[in-house]
Amino acid sequence: MGTGEPVTAVKAQEGTRASVRRVWGMGLLAVMLLATLAFPWVDRLPYHRDLVIRVFLYAMLAQAWNILAGYCGQISLAYASSVLQMRWGWNPWVGLGAGIPVAVALSMAIGYPCFRLRGHYFAIATIAIGEIVQTLAINWDFIGGARGLTLPFQKDSLLAFQFHTSKYPYYYIVLALLILCLLVSWRIERTRLGYYFRAIREDPEAAQSVGIPITRYKLIAMAVSAAFVSAGGSFYAQYVLYLDPDSVLPLSLSILICLLAVVGGVGTLWGPLVGAALLIPLSEFTRIQFGGTGRAVDLLIYGALLTLVAVFQPAGLVGLLGRRGRP
Amino acid sequence: MLTIPPPDVLVQGILSGILMGFVYALIAAGLSLIFGLMEIVNFAHGEFLMLAMYTTFWAYALFGLDPLVSVPLSAGVLFLVGWLTYRGIIRRILGGPMLAQIFATFGLAIFLRAGAQFLWTPDFRQVTRAWVQGPVRMLGVSVGLPQAVASVACLVAFGALYWFITRTETGVALEATAQDRQAAELMGINTERMFALGWGIGAACVGIAGAFLANFFYVFPHVGSLFALIAYVTVALGGFGSIPGSLVAGVIIGVIEVLGGLLIAPAFKYVAVFVLYLVVVLLRPQGLFGKF
Repeated sequence: MGTGEPVTAVKAQEGTRASVRRVWGMGLLAVMLLATLAFPWVDRLPYHRDLVIRVFLYAMLAQAWNILAGYCGQISLAYASSVLQMRWGWNPWVGLGAGIPVAVALSMAIGYPCFRLRGHYFAIATIAIGEIVQTLAINWDFIGGARGLTLPFQKDSLLAFQFHTSKYPYYYIVLALLILCLLVSWRIERTRLGYYFRAIREDPEAAQSVGIPITRYKLIAMAVSAAFVSAGGSFYAQYVLYLDPDSVLPLSLSILICLLAVVGGVGTLWGPLVGAALLIPLSEFTRIQFGGTGRAVDLLIYGALLTLVAVFQPAGLVGLLGRRGRP
Repeated sequence: MLTIPPPDVLVQGILSGILMGFVYALIAAGLSLIFGLMEIVNFAHGEFLMLAMYTTFWAYALFGLDPLVSVPLSAGVLFLVGWLTYRGIIRRILGGPMLAQIFATFGLAIFLRAGAQFLWTPDFRQVTRAWVQGPVRMLGVSVGLPQAVASVACLVAFGALYWFITRTETGVALEATAQDRQAAELMGINTERMFALGWGIGAACVGIAGAFLANFFYVFPHVGSLFALIAYVTVALGGFGSIPGSLVAGVIIGVIEVLGGLLIAPAFKYVAVFVLYLVVVLLRPQGLFGKF
């Protein structure tokens, strides 16, 4: 009789605490969104703008990798969209649109056989596929071979996806892509799909035994991931207007992308963004400090950081915050 | 697309493929040994090889030691590197999540590669006046003497490793630890020491291979990645954890690599190797001799 009230009171208190936290969270999100929207108008330095654009791009790619949490050199697939556009004079938006299904289809074709492999075998298989793709790309003239592709200059317009007088549109386009990617991840995290993904990650056999069709869900994860990687790749192509196998395909770019997610926090919504926000400027800083010496200081730091995080803080920096912040 | 080379070129190619295969086999054996012990893939294996080649190169450049003389030095240094890697890093992630296990050695690989570039610049270096150089006639065709020496030495080292694992008490203890850690501990085996020893021996294998490779191969910070990729493919083909499997697989891959280069185009020789890997792994995931 007397126990009912305190329990409800505690529950109510917990409820208000949770809702207070939610209000704070929403407020923080709104402030962050406003800050990112206002940023290019407040800080007009082109260098900073370029840096933030790349932080967003890499955050998005890392988040896409995070959705699969696999080890594929999928960035190569983004190549397809600019190839289509180049060869048939297609509009870049059509190229972007066509690149996504092509990337998804390719990832399915690669993923379906590879998903039968477990753990280390899968990781090594994706490295092998990445190497094959790179060798083919270097030797295949259709996509420019080792010389790469230079995208033709066009007048500024949204339709042509090229902006030379003002780079602001690039900023907002990549911001929109990042937000879309985060929203999709957030939805996935909260729906049945996310629970299935996590169950498969923790224990594929157990997941299968409770009736989750694991191959189908792995393929779904791969398709979502490939779609975003492809969109990010198309953006990169339009932003830089030059692509060659050495700058977009190699293992080092895949490494960078997983590194951002791992350091930030694998399997978390904010991890990749945190990782990108910290590590991309860090790499810029070391490049300025030791630029031109060819001494690979950024890689030195990346490697050490990756090992340290894996050994001492496998949950990443976000995990560190979460543990501290929990009451 | 296919170009059929004349028979003597074919014989020559296959012979040099077999010779290179023995070197691949020794590198892969080290990887396989470590995996068999604790189911961790050493993604820094190629960088260990790079360190071995630099050890040999610097022994030559600074002290005038011929690569053949510095084989024990290189093996010793790498044994230490492997031992320290286990004690410093691997021991802490043994029970950890899969992702941590992969990224710990992956990060180490990036760190070592960048470290070599930082300390010794990205320049390609070469042992210029080695004791063994020039060609030698074998079975009616010419092969490089350094390649032949490396190949025979790696085969001998492979035999010694196999003998050690199967015939000595420590080797059997290693094997026991690989089979069942808890049971081995109950038998009074210090498994912690066995793990560290496994890493030491696994790294010493590339120490020996690297010393002989430095005789005829350029030394540069990224040299390891290519050999490492081939080593993964070799281990997967032979079966993870199977030492004899890596010998057979090493020779198969050496030959496929040469045939891919001869029959299709030199640029595609590694594509042939990786396609073979994918086919094998998809048809027979445990490899030719694998237990897993």
